Amino acid sequence: MNFHGIRAIYKFEMARMWRTLMQSIASPVISTSLYFVVFGSAIGSRMGAIDGISYGAFIIPGLLMLSLLMQSISNASFGIYMPKFSGTIYEVLSAPVSYLEVVIGYVGAAATKSVILGFVILITARLFVPYSVLHPVWMVSFLVLTSITFSLFGFIIGIWADGFEKLQIVPLMIVTPLTFLGGTFYSIDMLPPIWQTITLFNPVVYLISGFRWAFYGISDIHVGISVAMILLFLTGCMAAIWWIFKTGYRLRS
Amino acid sequence: MQPDISIQNLSKVYSGGFQALKSINLDIQHGEIFALLGPNGAGKTTLISIICGIVNPTSGRVLASGHDIVTEYRAAREAIGLVPQELNTDAFETVWDTVAFSRGLFGKGPDNAHLEKVLRDLSLWDKRHNRIMALSGGMKRRVMIAKALSHEPRILFLDEPTAGVDVELRRDMWTMVRKLRQSGVTIILTTHYIEEAEEMADRIGVIRHGEIILVEEKHQLMAKLGKKELRLHLQSPLDNIPGALSLEPLALSDDGHELIYTFDSQQEQAGIARLLRQLGDEGIEFRDLQTRESSLEDIFVGLVHETSGASR
Repeated sequence: MNFHGIRAIYKFEMARMWRTLMQSIASPVISTSLYFVVFGSAIGSRMGAIDGISYGAFIIPGLLMLSLLMQSISNASFGIYMPKFSGTIYEVLSAPVSYLEVVIGYVGAAATKSVILGFVILITARLFVPYSVLHPVWMVSFLVLTSITFSLFGFIIGIWADGFEKLQIVPLMIVTPLTFLGGTFYSIDMLPPIWQTITLFNPVVYLISGFRWAFYGISDIHVGISVAMILLFLTGCMAAIWWIFKTGYRLRS
Repeated sequence: MQPDISIQNLSKVYSGGFQALKSINLDIQHGEIFALLGPNGAGKTTLISIICGIVNPTSGRVLASGHDIVTEYRAAREAIGLVPQELNTDAFETVWDTVAFSRGLFGKGPDNAHLEKVLRDLSLWDKRHNRIMALSGGMKRRVMIAKALSHEPRILFLDEPTAGVDVELRRDMWTMVRKLRQSGVTIILTTHYIEEAEEMADRIGVIRHGEIILVEEKHQLMAKLGKKELRLHLQSPLDNIPGALSLEPLALSDDGHELIYTFDSQQEQAGIARLLRQLGDEGIEFRDLQTRESSLEDIFVGLVHETSGASR
């Protein structure tokens, strides 16, 4: 293993985060805080509790998941897209690093940022809404697994994208709607039966449901299925990356 | 001794069907400066990119420092430093950070003393805390060289290193390249400035349409293909070359004031003595004379034209 190589990429990417602190930490924290103020405190006080959980607390796992998905994808896709865009990718391609090491460096850094962001948002949420975490180990496991999985997904998007527009399309056009419709703001039980079935095709439902279980012990779907779905998605992303490096897709001609 | 770079039957066909390289065979020995010359689009950069791992070969095999670039890519790439043609640099990083990044990427542990030496040699030490985006083009070029040297490579590729740099920097680079060679680094450079190859290279390869059409020691090449010219400025113009001299390779300038004698640079000088004697016999007087040796540029242009004619 070229540990110096992994460390160099990881350090480079983390340095980029500290340089762009406003964008990578401050802005997601502010936008999540706005949700807590509006839906948690202002509207939430007029809404009934769901499954015995106050509405403000109920939406925390979903909002946290929304930020994690968006930031993991955006960090990782930007991290690998920029060298492609500026041409500095030549150095990584000509270096004695395996594709596994490249992925560990870039995706590791992106996932680290997401995990840090997740904790910052959790702390911020405490300022607006009282909540407790029933299964802290599971909560952290979901947080880390989701960060890694969606950083891998972002890495794939970054390699696939050949323009800045494409970098934005997937997070904005696919991930945001799926998250909003994935039970961030409601329990799936509250939907008409037909929509309860349709919503099961939305992968984000499983993420949010499992995450909420780790917080409050309640879930729409059995937590085992949630874990299986995350692992399935993780495996899918790893397979796609393996294929990308094997064929040189958009990296080596 | 095994060559530092050994290229065997290397071909490259891009996915669009364009054949950039046609069965290239080339060995580059340790410690030499090898210049690869060729017109735009001849395949120079493709060849370098394959050796360095940026482009996949279609067929054939390349050994760098004795290691196969595909199956033993780690060992092969550790031995290589690359300065690409395009000025592709980070923007927001400092000079020091980007050079330290390169060293780590190539699997070497931190070594501040080495990085300091590299930066000082390239006159970048004072700029080490500057962001790369704030540097001039010439300075960025130096940064790219510093990155390539950060991991102490045994083989250095310079793809058009002096394209678009000023005269002073070009001289600096030549000095640097010579120093590197003295320290045991093998250098492969591509260039458009034939003057550069003439100045620096030990051996010269000419590539055209993806084929190596010639590889030769520079001195031998110049001796073999070089022509010498003797120009005689005459006292009074001639209308035509006198019959007694008609067997000599002589030409008369348009205004009749100059006689131009072309000869092989390897040929003995006896030809000149005979010519001058004959001129004396004919009563042709001259005011001045000068000789000129053809440059590598003349040879190169001649070579590329000649083979392009031959292949049609």
